[in-house]
Amino acid sequence: MHHKDTNWKILSLLPIFLILVCLTLIPLVNIFYNSFFDIRWNDGGYVYKFIGLQHYIELPHNKFYLPGLKNTVTLSMITVLFQMIFGFCIALGISKIKTGKSFFTSLFLLPILLPPIVIGSIWRLMYGFDFGIFNYLLSFAGVYPLDWLGDPSLAFISVVILDIWHWTPFVVLLLLAGIESLPTDVYEAGRIDGTNAWSEIIHLTIPLMIPTIIVTIVFRFILTFKIFDEIYLLTKGGPGTSTEVISFSIYEAFFSADNVGLGSVMSVVSLFVVSLIIIIMLNITRRINKYAE
Amino acid sequence: MQSKTEKIITYSFLSFFGCVVLFPFLWIGMMAFKKQIDILMMKIIFKPTLFNFEKIFFSKEATFFDDIFNSLVVGISSTIIILIVCSMASFTMIRLRIPQWITAILFLWVIVFHMLPPITFVGAWFMMASSFGLFNSRIALILAHTTINLPLGLLIISSFMRDVPTEIQEAAFVDGCSNRQVYFNVILPLLRPGLFAAAVIVFLFSWNDFMVAMNLTAKATQTVPVSIATFSQQYEVRYGEMAAGSLVSLIPALILTFFAQKYIVKGLTAGAVK
Repeated sequence: MHHKDTNWKILSLLPIFLILVCLTLIPLVNIFYNSFFDIRWNDGGYVYKFIGLQHYIELPHNKFYLPGLKNTVTLSMITVLFQMIFGFCIALGISKIKTGKSFFTSLFLLPILLPPIVIGSIWRLMYGFDFGIFNYLLSFAGVYPLDWLGDPSLAFISVVILDIWHWTPFVVLLLLAGIESLPTDVYEAGRIDGTNAWSEIIHLTIPLMIPTIIVTIVFRFILTFKIFDEIYLLTKGGPGTSTEVISFSIYEAFFSADNVGLGSVMSVVSLFVVSLIIIIMLNITRRINKYAE
Repeated sequence: MQSKTEKIITYSFLSFFGCVVLFPFLWIGMMAFKKQIDILMMKIIFKPTLFNFEKIFFSKEATFFDDIFNSLVVGISSTIIILIVCSMASFTMIRLRIPQWITAILFLWVIVFHMLPPITFVGAWFMMASSFGLFNSRIALILAHTTINLPLGLLIISSFMRDVPTEIQEAAFVDGCSNRQVYFNVILPLLRPGLFAAAVIVFLFSWNDFMVAMNLTAKATQTVPVSIATFSQQYEVRYGEMAAGSLVSLIPALILTFFAQKYIVKGLTAGAVK
């Protein structure tokens, strides 16, 4: 039964199209256009000067952008690895228990649902040199206070630790949903064959979970590129460029340096890189899924 | 079928990670009730005080009530817009016959947009807002939050839409209902859990957003996260006020997690796995 009530169809899709066109497509075109100009704020208006590809040519020499890109990719790879390991263990744990299931689920939801700025603030206090809890605890072990956020090599690790803490719960959530939707008869068959818990995980749960695991990895990897709030509060990309990430470089170019052209170029290149990663990961996913079938 | 040791190991493992998750919040909760001097001296035992809360709410330069108001206006408005826009669109795309390519392109673009770093768009939004005279108005931020959270809203509502049984809809069409009537009288009531899940998640994400709000607002329209960040920006970090502000900002999420946990879990997984 299909109705030819075309008016409704157009009216119901119009708002979403308007929003997507005006607030995502036009800005995208705008960013692309601006990337060929040198744009300065002058006397209450933007002054455009066409410079062609100059920004693009100069971008590799930009002090922040490439180090930031490298850091972002490194951060994604390291954090996703640890998040998957911790997340899988926790999800498995929650799926095994009967009492307290919803309590633990709620508990592990908190980091996802609470304001990242608060999480950044808390961790900034905990990482504090003089008054932070980590150095306080280390002092009992007789370790000298560490400069968690001021030391170039340690600062990056501090950001990694925070990101793992922040987003492991998200992995838990997705993997738990995957585990709970696995067919139970496979497990019963396994139990009749007398498998123990360990081989059940290795031979049943993990192989069956492969599609969910891949989706989760892809998702977390790409979403890590959005990291901003924590960096803004913890390190502002420093010391030097040790914790610089692409979102922060773009923010600095647009809003601190008031260099709209440069910010646009960084945005265009970042969008290109992220899209490329999305395409590559989707292709890999498709191949693995085909293989798994 | 589990042995007792297995059970004990599982529970202690989960409790350990639970403590790791909870510890920072307990620590900041304690700090909110400490005086600056007690914080700096790392006192474990201290006399609780409401000084920090008084300061953020009632001191002369306090803006926290305004900030909460701004956050609520922006969060509620963008949530309502998203619910209306996405429920209509997903009904038409999933339940009515329209050319396949429209649905395909729309979903593809929404998913890609969802994955792109929002900062890449904020610069352009900022320029659009200032050229329309909308900078430092709540309208700009409402539109920005609507756009940013639209993908999540659409994915969640669509996944619930697929679970709405088709028979009732077909019966309504046989009775001669128009598309509009079916949407209002059949789909919306059945979609209530999905709308609720989407509303909770979208509202929380709007309430939590710092990056977009910081760049599109100034003092008069700043939201709670922006205000909290300023406590750490001054020459002297105001730990107590930062902790107190943070604690207040956690309230919506804590209440919603407590009452709507089932919906949040369902919504977040629906929004991610599709």
